[in-house]
Amino acid sequence: MFLLRLLLKNAFRHRLRTGLTLVGLVVALCAFGLLRTIVDAWYAGVNASSSARLVTRSAISLTFPLPLHYAERIRAVEGVEGISWANWFGGVYITESNFFAQFAVDAPSYFALYPEFVLDDTERTAFLRDRQGCVVGRKLAARYGWQVGDVVSLRGTIYPGTWSFTIRGIYQGREAGTDEQQMFIHWQRVAEAVRQRAGAGGLADHVGVYVVSVRDPDEAPMVSQRIDALFRNSLAETLTETEKAFQLSFVSMSETILLAIQAVSFIIILIIMAVMANTMTMTARERLAEYATLKALGFRPGFVVKLLLGESLLIAAIGGALGVAVTFPVARAFAASVGTLFPVFAVSPLTVALQVLAALVVGAVAAAWPAWKMSRIDIVQGLRHVA
Amino acid sequence: MSLPLIRIRGLCKSYQRGGQSIDVLDRLDLDVAAGEFVALMGPSGSGKSTLLNLIAGIDQPTAGTIEIGGVDIATLSEGQLADWRATHVGFIFQFYNLMPVLTAFENVELPLLLTGLSSRQRREHVEAALGMVRLSDRMDHLPNELSGGQQQRVAIARALVCDPTLIVADEPTGDLDRHTGEEILQLLGQLQRDLGKTIVMVTHDPKAAACAGRLVHLEKGVLVPDVAHAGG
Repeated sequence: MFLLRLLLKNAFRHRLRTGLTLVGLVVALCAFGLLRTIVDAWYAGVNASSSARLVTRSAISLTFPLPLHYAERIRAVEGVEGISWANWFGGVYITESNFFAQFAVDAPSYFALYPEFVLDDTERTAFLRDRQGCVVGRKLAARYGWQVGDVVSLRGTIYPGTWSFTIRGIYQGREAGTDEQQMFIHWQRVAEAVRQRAGAGGLADHVGVYVVSVRDPDEAPMVSQRIDALFRNSLAETLTETEKAFQLSFVSMSETILLAIQAVSFIIILIIMAVMANTMTMTARERLAEYATLKALGFRPGFVVKLLLGESLLIAAIGGALGVAVTFPVARAFAASVGTLFPVFAVSPLTVALQVLAALVVGAVAAAWPAWKMSRIDIVQGLRHVA
Repeated sequence: MSLPLIRIRGLCKSYQRGGQSIDVLDRLDLDVAAGEFVALMGPSGSGKSTLLNLIAGIDQPTAGTIEIGGVDIATLSEGQLADWRATHVGFIFQFYNLMPVLTAFENVELPLLLTGLSSRQRREHVEAALGMVRLSDRMDHLPNELSGGQQQRVAIARALVCDPTLIVADEPTGDLDRHTGEEILQLLGQLQRDLGKTIVMVTHDPKAAACAGRLVHLEKGVLVPDVAHAGG
């Protein structure tokens, strides 16, 4: 109890210095948490992907579509449970800055493959009946203030013209990591429009990707091979991979940036560690005579170590707690400012745990050298420091 | 003179500085009886502070023995020496050396934290020690809220609170005005007379030395013959 009282009194002896150190800690730990959350957000799609789903796309590039008639052949492959398909629509809502993902899907089969998109039965039926309809995610609807029945107009970039969709349903994510910022429209409507514009020679009966569910996730590699073998040496060869691998292929494009972000997050911790170590060294030097006095009175070197280490850990713990607390509103503000760039942007429990760990490591490392040094001071030399 | 509490024989202390060995104390012999009040005097560099540090167990001799209460403290390890100091030595420093963030009460309580006494027992001891130096009404004050004389009285209470065998005082009046210095010396004399404490004090001030029962002069690391006083 006495030791704790002494630690508290010592920690706030120089209020300005301790205050500035705390500000530094809070800023560093908040920045660390925010950067880690950005990295997590980047991988959110990967983490939310299912191991029981495969994605089949053109072996040449994702921009090359696949014929619709592949669907029946894939469905017949051993190990395949269900199949659906989707096209990237790429429309613009008012301005380019209002970016969000829009997919033209085969609605009945698509929602059967994605149970994580929870949709009310009435709304689902309404969407399936209305080819002009769409379904949007809860966060997306909240962002633009949309409600069921509202009409949303998009300017097509891949599919020219102005497209109007009536919101027939708002889905919710079954899990925290489910993307709630997407819009789903009917593939058939898009295909019909393409057919009308381009005639039979167009790409009306083509799809961007097939989504395939497998009976046994352990068999996914075998099923992938069987699907790709079906179309080998055809005009449109396929590349089938797990949904996770498919999502990772997008993330890998920016992997260097992500590595840099992660490196910066750790560099920030190293910088604050150096700042804190400097503070603790100054503190120890100023109190040289006090530690010498304590040792003269009979306190063991370990007590001096406890004093310095305890003080440093106390400051780091306070800074850590404040840093974690500040991270949440800062992350919310950041997510709001970047709009729909990150469909899932939440500070994870792992990030909080890493922040707490970083704070404690900073506290311990910063005091290690001065504590060791002060525990070994010569009492006579230390007492002379007063004079 | 009764049996010596402090028995020093052949005490040598030298320092290495710039590759040279500097002898501070040279084969020094000294006895101090229990309950004696000894003043160590001498010019700067005579070795009096070094001798006090060695007697207090905060420095190690180069050669010789320092027996205090029958224990040769020169043979003790650092840990044993720390325990020995906590039990047997009370320190009074020129600049008081109080913890600035602790109240007078907490400063006096510090040495008792090493004793295993309960909180209530510690409080009783601290209150008694502060009463002895007439600072019962200032126990909740921080050092910077006290005068120099009051701070030194807190330091004396801290030195007393564990009831040590020996009190060492390094120029206890060196930072005080004359009147306050006299009060402190009277207090030390009272501790020796009323409580039978053995006190070894380093001082530059002949008037302060005159309060001691015995004066020991050092010059260039050796003792010059004792000068006895009627007072003290």
